[in-house]
Amino acid sequence: MPDTKSKMKMRKAVVRFSGDSGDGMQLTGEIFSQSSGSAGNDLTTIPDFPAEIRAPQGSIGGVSSFQIQIGGTEIYTPGDEVDVLVALNPAALSANLKFLKPGGTVIADRDNFKKKFLKKANYDENPLEDGSLEDYQVLAAPASSLTKEALKNLGLDMQSVTRSKNMFALGIVYHLFNRPMEPTIDFFEKKFKGKPKVIQANMRALKAGYYFAETTDVLPASIVIPPADLPKGTYRNINGNTAIAWGALAAAEKSGKKLSLSSYPITPASEILHEIAARKDQGAIVLQAEDEIAAVCAAIGASYAGNLSITSTSGPGISLKTEAMGLAVIAELPLVIINVQRSGPSTGLPTKTEQGDLAQALYGRHGEAPLIVMAASSPDDCFFYGYQACRVAMEHMTPVVLLSDSYLASGKSPWRIPSLDELPDIQLPEYEGEAEDWAPYLRDPEFLNRYWKIPGEKGYEHRIGGLEKEDISGHLTYDPENHEKMVHLRQEKIDRVAKKLPSQEITGAQSGNLLVVGWGSSYGAINSAVIELLEEGHENVGFTNFNYLSPLPENTAEIFEKFDRILVCELNTGQFANYLRTKLPMFTYEQFNKNQAQPFFTSEIKSEIIKILEA
Amino acid sequence: MKTEKRKKNGKPLSVKDFKSDRNVKWCPGCGDYMILSMMQKTFTQLDHAKEDIVCISGIGCSSRLPYYLNTYGIHSIHGRAPAVSTGLKLANPDLSVWVVSGDGDSMAIGGNHFIHACRRNLDINIIIFNNKIYGMTKGQSSPTTPIGMKTKTAPYGSYEPPFNIGELAISAGATFFARVPDKSPQLLGEVMMEAYRHKGTSVIEVLQNCVIFTDGIHEKLTDRETKDENQLVLTQGEPMVFGKQNEFGIQIDGMKLKKVRLEDKDSANTLIHDATEEETQQHIALAKLQLPDFPVAMGIIRNTESTSFEEELHNIIEQSQKKSSYKNLQELFHSGNTWEVQ
Repeated sequence: MPDTKSKMKMRKAVVRFSGDSGDGMQLTGEIFSQSSGSAGNDLTTIPDFPAEIRAPQGSIGGVSSFQIQIGGTEIYTPGDEVDVLVALNPAALSANLKFLKPGGTVIADRDNFKKKFLKKANYDENPLEDGSLEDYQVLAAPASSLTKEALKNLGLDMQSVTRSKNMFALGIVYHLFNRPMEPTIDFFEKKFKGKPKVIQANMRALKAGYYFAETTDVLPASIVIPPADLPKGTYRNINGNTAIAWGALAAAEKSGKKLSLSSYPITPASEILHEIAARKDQGAIVLQAEDEIAAVCAAIGASYAGNLSITSTSGPGISLKTEAMGLAVIAELPLVIINVQRSGPSTGLPTKTEQGDLAQALYGRHGEAPLIVMAASSPDDCFFYGYQACRVAMEHMTPVVLLSDSYLASGKSPWRIPSLDELPDIQLPEYEGEAEDWAPYLRDPEFLNRYWKIPGEKGYEHRIGGLEKEDISGHLTYDPENHEKMVHLRQEKIDRVAKKLPSQEITGAQSGNLLVVGWGSSYGAINSAVIELLEEGHENVGFTNFNYLSPLPENTAEIFEKFDRILVCELNTGQFANYLRTKLPMFTYEQFNKNQAQPFFTSEIKSEIIKILEA
Repeated sequence: MKTEKRKKNGKPLSVKDFKSDRNVKWCPGCGDYMILSMMQKTFTQLDHAKEDIVCISGIGCSSRLPYYLNTYGIHSIHGRAPAVSTGLKLANPDLSVWVVSGDGDSMAIGGNHFIHACRRNLDINIIIFNNKIYGMTKGQSSPTTPIGMKTKTAPYGSYEPPFNIGELAISAGATFFARVPDKSPQLLGEVMMEAYRHKGTSVIEVLQNCVIFTDGIHEKLTDRETKDENQLVLTQGEPMVFGKQNEFGIQIDGMKLKKVRLEDKDSANTLIHDATEEETQQHIALAKLQLPDFPVAMGIIRNTESTSFEEELHNIIEQSQKKSSYKNLQELFHSGNTWEVQ
């Protein structure tokens, strides 16, 4: 069939799939992101689904959404405003119309806009018919009935037939974005191997949607997003939780250590536990502990035994683990504590994101208990920081807190799969002297770490524990001078890690009027905002995002000095800004904060920066 | 594997090999000394080499013990020793792991870890020093403090029902439970060796005397004059008899145990102790016997077999590695949908 439709080239586009919880919107979104990755686009995705396992059907509370931004340029966020909204029922339209750009496209399942569902979504009139959508392009497709028609004679039950309408909708989107269907059909064949009817159903629904869009010709133009200029290599989409789990597996392999993980289930961190539990097939030793405290304590035991040892949790879990984290600090054992932050305090908004646990990571222990704090900044770089947290913990014999958050955990971005050779080596501190000259708190002269001697090694039998130790010998002592010395030694050990960290870098202006500062996962939104501003001619703005928070990179002050003003953006009331005020008090820090349990929008960062520049 | 390790050690070990260079700092006359010395003695007889033994404790007087043992050891945090041991034993199942704890440490703040250790049947040995009081914090009630006893926190007498450690351990799934008074070193030595040989969580309750806060609390059980009548020392396969001349026995009365004065005609009905019985009912009943109506059961009350937790886990790891779809991490990373950027 000749393609007569006009093509509209776009640098980037945002698509939001939405429907009822049971409509398979997450899978639909996943498949579209795979197809976009294969088409060479850069992308970032974010799911948005109800916390309830089964919310009432058709209700606004039960709407499940999946948003993706794709681009022929680098993409750092799932996007603010939506270009194409798929809404499979009235509730989905009602919940998501606010995200749609003026002039944007709505793809709706007309069959579901009947009285019963309209009422559940608080519509008095059918919005597809009452003219309220006249500012948008609307494709009201009879998705349910055409899917039913396409799947007849397959011998599937009604429920399976109804469910397949998500693929009909996807077919429309494929046509809109000029996507080939073959790779996705191959995917169905792989995913539903041994279930020929299911493969057939998905394939037929997808094709039906595609050809429906083609023949009805209701959409004015089809969208073409050229491939992005990404580094060469093999790519896959990955979410932050899987990426952290894989980073840890890579660190175990690279260091020659076995991986022990002990965790307690908690949203949004459980997936790390799930993934590593499945990776027993790679030798991972996994304990689902009886509580958060047991999880960290078991991790300490595994570390003493000589394994690369990890515990993963979210903020409430960290609150429970803090006493044991102090034990790891004084015992100077390698331990990785992953905090996939969620909105607090207390149970808070458990499925929503926040950068609220930075102060807890930095200071949240009794006594002077310094440790390493780092944060990942995109779903795919969770792999590197997962790896790096393990590496630093083992090389420096210290607990490391790795901060991720709900936004990174469930969001996805393309990850260039590295070979293990590309990853930095892990050099475990080796004691090279004689056993009789060794002592538990004997330190490396350069980095002050002690040496990791483990049960089974003859001649190195020793006891460690929570009581203050005499330097070198490790004997218990209440000596005041010794305590003073140990407090400073433990801090100095952490500070010296900075010598190994990469220099902090600036995007945009290298000096000038305004330096925008972020940390962790706000990277994407701030980076997009600053890039857009540079393109719009604001040459005086620079951006730097911190992944290493304790210690800070050595050149931090040097960077800050180059700018007239510093603006710190974070999803809390100013925890990083306050930390910088104590660490580098010679600078003035302005703040931009958001406390809505939602990530930053690029647009709000941009307008804040413009406000400051124009003030 | 264990015998190999023993060989690399060369010469046989003596108690001295297990004494650390630290001064022992318990109160003079404390029951802890005997437990420490029996551990050191027992360790000389193990198949494990010295460097393969780890002693883990929480917080409290008892928990200072690892510092006095010249093995590997962790003095961890309050109540958490079983959790620390779980991670350690799973990481390296070849180690012989000993947990020392007190009644406050294991039954109050660490109660959760204790029951889960029993449930999982991790192959570790937990020795609980039960002096029925918080010693280190100077005299507060513990979960084993008897009703009526005056403490700093119950100045008018304790009114909380206490835990029976044996009942709790067995109910939670412990496959080995023994009780020994701190005045019976020989029995403690035997019990420790059996706990070592037993595969799975072994719980040993030592009725330990605190000379400062509960001095004499176990006196009726340990006093030369009364101990024969007040202790029922259990031996596998032997009748449950006690008293100076073994003149008393334990028999069954309906669902309950009863104490009888033995005469020739009914001695045949005296129960024979079988610690290996899977059914928990009688072991729990024995663990619960208390003065003044009954003697207190000592020795190994329960000793049953079951796969240990670490063995179970490592079997699964081994099997899943064999069956894995991914030969290595690279294969895992490249699984699913990937694409090339040229």
